Amino acid sequence: MSNNVKAKREPLFHIVKREDLKIGYKIMIYAIAIVVSLFLGGIMSSLASKGDPFSFFVSLIDGCFGSSRKLWVFLQQMALILSVSMALVPAFKMKFWNLGGNGQILIGGLAAIACMFYMGGKADDGVIVLVAVIASALAGAIWALIPALCKAFFNTNESLLTLMLNYIASGLVTFFLAVWVKSGSGVLEPIKYGNLPELGNPYILIILFGALITALMFVYLRYSKHGYELSVVGDSPNTARYIGVNVKMVVIRTMILSGAICGLVGLLLTSGMSHTIGVKTAQNMGFTAIMTTWLGNCNPLMIIATSSLVTFVTKGMEQVRMDFGLTNDSIANLIIGLVYFFIIACAFFIQYKVVFNIKLKKAVKATADNTVVASTEETSTEIEENEEEVK
Amino acid sequence: MSNVALELKNITKTFGSVIANKNVNLVLEKGEILSLLGENGSGKTTLMNMISGIYYPDEGEIYIDGKLTHITSPQDAFNYKIGMIHQHFKLVDVFSAADNILLGEKMPTYSIRENAKKLLETLPQESLIKEVKKGEKVSKTLDFKVLGDYALTYLKICALPFIKLGKFVQFDFLANNRAKKLQEVADKYGFEIDLNKKIYDMSVSEKQTVEIIKVLYRGAEILILDEPTAVLTPQEIKKLFDVLRKMREGGKSIIIITHKLNEVMEISDKVTILRKGEYIGTVETKDTSEKELTEMMVGKKIDLKIERTITDFDKPLLEIRNLSINGDDGSSKIEDVSFYIRGGEILGVAGIAGCGQKELCEAIAGLRKIENGAICHKGDSIVGLPAKAIIDKGISMSFIPEDRLGMGLAPNFSITDNMMLKTYNDNKGPFVDRKTARKNAEALIKKLEIVTPSTETPVRRLSGGNVQKVLVGREIEAGPNVIITAYPVRGLDINSSYAIYNILNEQKSKGTGILFIGEDLDVMLALCDKIMVLCHGKNMGIVHAGKVTKEQLGLMMTGSLDLTEVNAEKNYGIAKDSHLTEEQWEEEKEKTEGKGENEDE
Repeated sequence: MSNNVKAKREPLFHIVKREDLKIGYKIMIYAIAIVVSLFLGGIMSSLASKGDPFSFFVSLIDGCFGSSRKLWVFLQQMALILSVSMALVPAFKMKFWNLGGNGQILIGGLAAIACMFYMGGKADDGVIVLVAVIASALAGAIWALIPALCKAFFNTNESLLTLMLNYIASGLVTFFLAVWVKSGSGVLEPIKYGNLPELGNPYILIILFGALITALMFVYLRYSKHGYELSVVGDSPNTARYIGVNVKMVVIRTMILSGAICGLVGLLLTSGMSHTIGVKTAQNMGFTAIMTTWLGNCNPLMIIATSSLVTFVTKGMEQVRMDFGLTNDSIANLIIGLVYFFIIACAFFIQYKVVFNIKLKKAVKATADNTVVASTEETSTEIEENEEEVK
Repeated sequence: MSNVALELKNITKTFGSVIANKNVNLVLEKGEILSLLGENGSGKTTLMNMISGIYYPDEGEIYIDGKLTHITSPQDAFNYKIGMIHQHFKLVDVFSAADNILLGEKMPTYSIRENAKKLLETLPQESLIKEVKKGEKVSKTLDFKVLGDYALTYLKICALPFIKLGKFVQFDFLANNRAKKLQEVADKYGFEIDLNKKIYDMSVSEKQTVEIIKVLYRGAEILILDEPTAVLTPQEIKKLFDVLRKMREGGKSIIIITHKLNEVMEISDKVTILRKGEYIGTVETKDTSEKELTEMMVGKKIDLKIERTITDFDKPLLEIRNLSINGDDGSSKIEDVSFYIRGGEILGVAGIAGCGQKELCEAIAGLRKIENGAICHKGDSIVGLPAKAIIDKGISMSFIPEDRLGMGLAPNFSITDNMMLKTYNDNKGPFVDRKTARKNAEALIKKLEIVTPSTETPVRRLSGGNVQKVLVGREIEAGPNVIITAYPVRGLDINSSYAIYNILNEQKSKGTGILFIGEDLDVMLALCDKIMVLCHGKNMGIVHAGKVTKEQLGLMMTGSLDLTEVNAEKNYGIAKDSHLTEEQWEEEKEKTEGKGENEDE
């Protein structure tokens, strides 16, 4: 029957799905991936300059925790990314891909700066702050509401719309800078009026905000009816309709919330930190947060871990650049990308394991030198490492 | 040569912690029909997927024609002449049947290099110059014969590309030849099918036929059919079985996966039984009985009779008059259908797939706009009410789609979270009440014997039967007075199916009206009080389940028998003791016209 068929050899390995991976193993796999990627990063940096991989690690840690100021900055940066992630979580849980974090932050910051610019000197700082808080939240909410309405009523593609609104937001910022700055330099001098109060030092307010938002969002998603509704909409829109959830309402409501938080982050970045605004004010946090949210599996607790990792790598790399005398930031970006890539690649090893079909060889080997044959768990980790090294 | 076409030895396959197959053995002889029997989740489909190259076994060996083989891809399976007909057809809708069958067929390879090499080998070995003796004088001349041979060979080599082109043309442009060959295959096994028809014009049964011809045309010797009868009418099943018998006579080996015992008894020579992934045994069909098979399958004795509880009928609970609904694409899905359900009555709805059952369910549950007609619950119109209001009236709808998770459950949610889908908004305050839901979930798991690691397991991880128990159980916990349930036993094993039938009967005796949309006519005949048959959205008549035969239902499903026309004077689907007078009905119908659209749509 099969004369013309080439006899197939048994394949070398096959891939098997697994479901019962213990949390310890998961953490181990992630830890290995991070360490290996950083190690590779160290080698790369030392190739590009005169340093060695060990001092790379030292610089990395020094950049984040080297002094109390560095620690504060680290926490502040982490709180900012965490807050933006918290803004994205409800939208992502609803399977509404809000890629417009940047634009919402910018527009919130713009609103805050506008309040400071026009009311500065004419009203009490307290009043200005109050108005700025409301204005920035509102501005962010409106910026998110536009794609939400289009999605709800015309079923447009939300990723495209939110993405495009980013450009409109940065365009608006440029426009207002041109209007406000008479000299034409396009750089707004820091405004002295209506700045957010400093609680002891300039970092604490933002850190507190991040912690508060994370806690609130955790409760909102886990225990509130709204959180329940939006998960139903995300998981099965048909079921949501069937149980009488007003899907359009939920989409609009959630996006307003998402945009408002982004807007508040804009306020923090402007009247809380720089007291001015530029097109780069958002620091691309809208996109970084997409990654932290996604890697954190839309779970606020896991996002704390992912955003601290991302901040660690970014802040640490800044120090490395300085210490190693790397003149351009492409190597830094390369290493950050490497870490992200390794973490994403981990998902494969968490969901699947690779089983080798080497029973015969195994038996021979076992009798030959009495080596303990690696269990599948260990085998898969080994492969992971190999694979990663290949990459 | 041995007579064994396919042999599986100690096949084991696991998915994570789930053992799908454990040491399964199977022997398939040539010219034999083997039934693979087992409850849901017993690993039948996994096993077949390993034979057809979709999965690769963790352990064990597959022998084809007595030779150890490794099937690593569907292409391998095809090379070994194994053809699988899946439950969900894989056809291109806008192509004709013939195009679908010929799709992906490769042109026989024709290598110019190989042929040229062969030709070069035929070149003469002799020298081109030959010596001619003329007396003492030796003169050299060209050997024209050898030269001719040379020239001819080179000419032939030059012609090879043209031959290839010719073959290509023959393959691609003379498709008629292949169509003829197809027709031969079709005729040989007695398929009645027009191969030039487009797939989108075809009925389910015709599509299946196309799939079978496709596999046969490609030269399959071993055919695997995964639940082929689930979507067919009794007449179509009979035809299919005739074809299968013809194939058996032609020496093909067939494995058929099915749940229906009567079909196993009718068609197969041998039955192999799996239970929870384990191989239980193989028996000759002629030496066994349905009862014995069930016992082997379930592992314990079970009563196969479905009880039909007799209850006193109440006034009509749900009345539907002259209902017309459009589908998503704007085509008419339900046309002028009238029926009513009394309390304590199960009304079955029979019809081939896509005859408007889904749209009917959605319209009643308030999820779909209706074009015309009236839907009244205890005399109050429910057209245009939001879904939540309809649920509050006590109308429960559970539609089990083919993937089993679509409507009514959130697949990534835990059982607890799924339990409170309908009730989460009932308590005061901004927070959901998970405690009560967890208690309900625990009670339900206990009551319906749902197999799950915990109440917090996502429902998509549960097996089909348990998912359905969660859904049906939750619907009944809410204490509805009308239950609309579509395919509640879709893909369920015997045990779970009977659990569901029992639940429905229990509800019925409590005075609930039940609309049961089903697939298996035997079950419907046994369970329902009355059966309404739909064909392309038209009502073919409503009959008492005790007074109709399966064959009649089959004819009605395909539209060959229209009782509403035969007995035109009988007002089908109009209750004599309606809540509303005829005038009120007219009013209701007028209200619907032009309105209809649900706010939440």
